[in-house]
Amino acid sequence: MKDLQIWNGPSTSASHVEPELTRRSFLRTGAAAIGGMAALAAALAPLRELASDEMPNLDQFLQKHYKEMSPAEMEQALERIRNKVEERYAVRPHLRDVKPMEGVEFAYALNLSRCIGCRKCVHACVAENNQSRSPEIQYIRVLEMPRGTLDVEKGNHHYDRPTVPNADHFYLPVQCHQCASPPCVKVCPVEATWQESDGVTVIDYDWCIGCRYCEAACPYWARRFNFAKPNLPKDQLNPNMSYLSNRPREKGVMEKCHFCLHRTREGRMPACVEICPTGARKFGNVLDPKSEVAEILRTKRVFVLKEEVGTLPRFFYYFDERYPNTLDPEALAIAARLREEEGDSYGCLPGAAGPRRDFIAAAKPAWWIGENA
Amino acid sequence: MRTYLTFLLRCFRLSFVGDYRYYAWMFFLTVLVLFGINAYCKQLVYGLATTGMTDQVSWGFYIANFTFLVGMAAAAVMLVIPVYIYRNRELHDLVIFGELFAVAAIIMAMLFVTVDLGRPDRFHHLLLRFNFPVSMLTWDVLVLNGYLLLNLHICGYLVYCAYRKREPSKYVYIPFVFVAIVWAISIHTVTAFLYSGLGGRPFWNSAVVAPRFLASAFAAGPAFLILTLSALKHFTTYEVPAKAFMTLRNTVAIALSISMFLLGSEAFTEFYTNSSHVASATYLFLGLHGRTALVPWIWSAIALNSLAMVLLYLRKLPVLQAACVMLIVGIWIEKGMGMIVPAFIPTPLGEIVEYLPTRNEILVTVGIWAAGLLIYTILVRITVPVLSGRLTYDQPFVAARDPALFAPHPSSEGVVR
Repeated sequence: MKDLQIWNGPSTSASHVEPELTRRSFLRTGAAAIGGMAALAAALAPLRELASDEMPNLDQFLQKHYKEMSPAEMEQALERIRNKVEERYAVRPHLRDVKPMEGVEFAYALNLSRCIGCRKCVHACVAENNQSRSPEIQYIRVLEMPRGTLDVEKGNHHYDRPTVPNADHFYLPVQCHQCASPPCVKVCPVEATWQESDGVTVIDYDWCIGCRYCEAACPYWARRFNFAKPNLPKDQLNPNMSYLSNRPREKGVMEKCHFCLHRTREGRMPACVEICPTGARKFGNVLDPKSEVAEILRTKRVFVLKEEVGTLPRFFYYFDERYPNTLDPEALAIAARLREEEGDSYGCLPGAAGPRRDFIAAAKPAWWIGENA
Repeated sequence: MRTYLTFLLRCFRLSFVGDYRYYAWMFFLTVLVLFGINAYCKQLVYGLATTGMTDQVSWGFYIANFTFLVGMAAAAVMLVIPVYIYRNRELHDLVIFGELFAVAAIIMAMLFVTVDLGRPDRFHHLLLRFNFPVSMLTWDVLVLNGYLLLNLHICGYLVYCAYRKREPSKYVYIPFVFVAIVWAISIHTVTAFLYSGLGGRPFWNSAVVAPRFLASAFAAGPAFLILTLSALKHFTTYEVPAKAFMTLRNTVAIALSISMFLLGSEAFTEFYTNSSHVASATYLFLGLHGRTALVPWIWSAIALNSLAMVLLYLRKLPVLQAACVMLIVGIWIEKGMGMIVPAFIPTPLGEIVEYLPTRNEILVTVGIWAAGLLIYTILVRITVPVLSGRLTYDQPFVAARDPALFAPHPSSEGVVR
């Protein structure tokens, strides 16, 4: 009979097999097993730091996909979320599930001759939609573009504030374009994101598995991921919220602009439109011929970004043909006034350019020291 | 059934038996796995912010390694094809080592996708609302799991037949072998389509991605098999025919040439056209606006692959092994840091944010690789004595005689029926 020492170990004879040796080696095996378990327990130790309210409870674990929930189940889910928000933020939110309106398709138009690059829309959006403040998540990115090009690679994302608007530049705000043929929806493996009948692409934050394929697929860099537990101070919570829009998100899920559907589906304007000091932003129901956006689409030479990728955006840009070489003088006057009134805070971009991972260092885990990504 | 359970039990016990080198190797890998588990736990607590990834570069090291490993798994067919299509009988038994590696590589690839998820606790959502056939990721889930099952079946059946000293029935495994050949191509093609189907990422949106993936995989995979067979030859009494090395070497040389040709074609199209789509390629090869994090990576990859290309033609085993190590590293860089990361730089809005993996991310990555090698080592460690007829159903199971190496449970007396 051949032995099994295929690893060419030192050959030994059968006479070595003696009872006490077997016992000793049995103990040794046991000790190795115990040592192994101890090492495994040590390796798993960081899990003790998981906050108890971050662990999904059974209700949440069994919660169905948005489209599969009955009204009663939806109410149950809403109640669970209300309780959780109240527990975390000490505010009882006005949370509901707002459905799309019949005969409505939203569209957005942006007059680039009137955008002064003040970034008020960026901050109004953050305040409205309960995004994490640290690291700050922003849905709108404003690019400072040299005149004569629409190549975003020539744009400046981190333009300096006090001089805005710079002559020979225009400002190009980009957010989710709510495409009619959205690549992000196509790629999602679990149907956690879809397009609603009013044209808004939404995300079920309780269904998203966080694979970030949609983020890779989006040609407009409109999607954001919660790389960390969102950090939203209690006093900054906006309690007016809906299931598919601005309710507080969890760590590890995607989010993005949803045309403020908790406002717009109830007849109000999105926060970015409301705040815009120059009226560069226009929003409305494109199916209603009397709406401002329908009028703009009929009468202005509108265009979309990256038409060649075939996404059919519902977000249109146009220049005011009266001012081929400059911004609208009226907008420039508003900018001058704002610069004077607001001083240093005018046009600033806190958060987006800053360090994104400081909060881990702030939690002081020793293992993070030396990482400065 | 009883015999099969005994077989599994024997396999389990055998995986704990070996000489000091075996123990040292397994201990080393286990320690790395534990470090990886530890790092992953930290990631679970703090989120994917513990990685170097950002909204700008939203896929990084994990997806890079995933892509590379899918290729390695697919490359098992490069041993299967010569045996089953060209009837090269001498390599017959070696096919199993390729397929076993496919099993380990697929498991690693799946682990890499899992650690990349923001919400691994919602993994079951895949079963409840599966966006098939629209999302390429669902295709990938299907083909990877299918490939894993195919290979488990083929290897498991052949090894078990050897254990039972039975001639394997052709009808039970040959059809699966041929399915597996096509399937292997499909897993890497689907993985390439995952990227090349995205119109918003011009760097990926190229028809040559799938052929490039296959060519580089068919170079790196057989190169890894050469190293495995070298290890078998060195550490065991298992007979590895010299012809096996030559066959694999030819495969590697041809695949590597094609891979480098395709890389050149891609580079030509990008740079000669010089459209605005060239930005990512410029960033990768030359740096963009003074940002050059990936430039040393890609040029190291090209240097390693070119050198390996030359060394492959020197007919000496140690040189061949060195060439294999080089080209595995070269292709790993090219497909990872050179293929996944640059597509995100600049972003679709033209912002340049660079990416480097963090220490925690690297620890998770190393842990997964160690887990895969651990699995592969155990699979090979079981297969070798079975295939060489030293572990069969009718022989009493006697572990290595040195009790320090293996302590049978007192009730079994060292003999398991």
